[in-house]
Amino acid sequence: MNGELAPKHHILAVLVENKFGVLTRVSGLFARRGFNIVSLAVSPTEDENYSRMTIVVDADSAPLEQVTKQLNKLIPVIKIQELSPDQAVERELMLVTVKSSSEVRSQITELAAIFEARIEDVGYDAITILVAGRPEKLDAMSDLLAPFGIVEIQRTGLIALPKLGRRPARLRAVKDQPS
Amino acid sequence: MKLTGAQALIKSLEMENTEVMFGLPGGAILPVYDPLIDSSIRHILVRHEQGAGHMAEGYAHATGRPGVAMVTSGPAATNIVTPLCDAYMDSIPLVVITGQVPYSVIGTDAFQECDTVGITMPITKHNWLITDAQDIPRVVREAFHVATTGRPGPVVVDVPKDIAMQEMDWYWPEAIDLPGYQPTTEGHPKQIKEAARLMGEAKRPIIYAGGGILKARAAAALRELAEMTGFPVVTTLMARGAFPDDHELCLGMPGMHGNYTAVTAMQESDLLIALGSRFDDRVTGKLDGFAPEAKIIHVDIDPAELGKVRRPDVALLGDCRLVIEEMIKAVRADQDKKSKKSGSRWPSIEKWRNHLRDYQERYPLVYEQFDDGPLKPQFCIDQLGALSPDDTIVASGVGQHQMWTSQRWTFNHPYTWINSGGLGTMGFAVPAAIGAKVGMPERTVWAVDGDGCFQMTAQELVTASAERIPVKIAILNNAYLGMVRQWQEMFYQERYSEVYLSPDLPDYVKWSEAMGCVGFRVDSPEDVGPTIEKANEIDDRPVVIDFRTDYREKVFPMVAAGTSNSDVIIDPDTERLRGK
Repeated sequence: MNGELAPKHHILAVLVENKFGVLTRVSGLFARRGFNIVSLAVSPTEDENYSRMTIVVDADSAPLEQVTKQLNKLIPVIKIQELSPDQAVERELMLVTVKSSSEVRSQITELAAIFEARIEDVGYDAITILVAGRPEKLDAMSDLLAPFGIVEIQRTGLIALPKLGRRPARLRAVKDQPS
Repeated sequence: MKLTGAQALIKSLEMENTEVMFGLPGGAILPVYDPLIDSSIRHILVRHEQGAGHMAEGYAHATGRPGVAMVTSGPAATNIVTPLCDAYMDSIPLVVITGQVPYSVIGTDAFQECDTVGITMPITKHNWLITDAQDIPRVVREAFHVATTGRPGPVVVDVPKDIAMQEMDWYWPEAIDLPGYQPTTEGHPKQIKEAARLMGEAKRPIIYAGGGILKARAAAALRELAEMTGFPVVTTLMARGAFPDDHELCLGMPGMHGNYTAVTAMQESDLLIALGSRFDDRVTGKLDGFAPEAKIIHVDIDPAELGKVRRPDVALLGDCRLVIEEMIKAVRADQDKKSKKSGSRWPSIEKWRNHLRDYQERYPLVYEQFDDGPLKPQFCIDQLGALSPDDTIVASGVGQHQMWTSQRWTFNHPYTWINSGGLGTMGFAVPAAIGAKVGMPERTVWAVDGDGCFQMTAQELVTASAERIPVKIAILNNAYLGMVRQWQEMFYQERYSEVYLSPDLPDYVKWSEAMGCVGFRVDSPEDVGPTIEKANEIDDRPVVIDFRTDYREKVFPMVAAGTSNSDVIIDPDTERLRGK
């Protein structure tokens, strides 16, 4: 998986009712309108009646507007915010298991330290590392680990919240706004 | 009060003022059919679930009330998928109840199990799988609300058999709580003012009226707006009847088979006022050549329509009727302001109107019926229109017969034209006409159908006979899948592939009689009128007329697929037949 985000990527923070089938409705709509979801993270919010989906889409603005509007028509969708990358705190989590004989273990832990990653599990000839950060950081980490031999990799996909302290210029709540 | 889920469902439908429902029982829905016996709701037993769906659509089209259908699980649910998609494309309010296998066995591939909610998700406005009988009144209330408000559309309520048998405490919800569903109905005042300003500056304005006018019950408002501005009106396939065809401002239908004037008026326009229309590809032709000089005012209840196809200069989100009523006020204010300032209201568009009148004279719809020649489909439709009451409701299937009827019928009243516009569902006419007649029993209801279409859903005439629903069917029988044949003739070098159907297999008269209808056959022009008159007198059973029409006749004008509306092809005989 290449985590590098294309320059035209958009982050949608979608607040939905926490009911079964909602993920299908949302993801199905993207598929029907011909959009590829780059990543998708879902979890309940502070209010358990609602879930927040962070969806990263690779699309131009004009067609994305159509998807956002269609998304808004789904009854369980409460609110959609489009977060522009420079106005949002974006983070992703990666777990990576890498081959690690005793000779190279120290090199790997050194690398982990540079990336502020944590060693989560150590086996006879492999090691599992947890790293958090922006997608580019995760890409760099996996590139540097590749020569050792990556056994398995799992990334969460991006989660994001608007930056605080000032009103984000491109933050918009589509549902609150006519047309 | 303790009720079973089934009783609660029927009671909830009654609470929503359901007077009639169309359906067919089966295993999973059995518990719900039991309390139906004691209900005030009339149930019409169809012969195929697709028929139930289209009847509900016809009913909704004609009455403006939501159509209700109920079928069982599995194959019954899949059989009603076509009407659901049809209603979704044409924004028809439909509430469809489907049975489902017991909740306890969902996911086990039980007998007649199918994922109805999954299958219908992309073609409904919303759907619900009931998991607790206690939810039934709330869900039914929400279902009717969602189906009928905002941009109307179909909804599905999937009811597992064990839930229908479960006990619940009856209640009727006071309010609806759908935080994610709050349609905007009132237009933005600033945008309305801006729209009026653009209208006041336009030299070649056209009102482009779509099906939303009818959904919003806005025909009277549209007429007022057109008359106060003097702006000509085109009515799309979904809006035929929304503005009277005999009105001097009416240009008729635009689009692929629209008349020359309507198509060209839009092309030459400098301002299109799109009211409840959606810039469908059948209207715009090749998009980048469509109405190149026109500014756009777009009014729609669905925010996703604004800017979907063509970016509007003024986007007006709201209910068509409410927005047009506000537009009328804004136009009046703008006209008054300008007349105070300069002594005259708005600049005259008489030159534009004359230009269009000239088109109408030069490029009329034409055909030629010889006394001894083959029967022309257009002649049959003209006779049908002339000999039937002014407020006759006409349903059609999909194809040449649909286009001829839409082109030629003089629709002077809203809700008199029922057809499948978006999905283009062959076989729509017969069941839709039955549903319309159920909703409007005092009115004459004609279905103009093709022979190909008729064979898809004709069995519902058995329903009509059994339930004493006296609809009238005119089959324009040209022995071909006519529209496909026309395309093969024009664009596939006359290589006719799988389009011949035969004029007398089946024997339509015998078939109709077997289904309890009166059947007539008409081969020659002089029999057309008298047979229609006979059919119009029959009021105790359905009537079918098998018109044997000329298979060579093509629908003109035509904008070929992928070409611009500026390249509209007119009937080659236009000049010779003009004025005839």
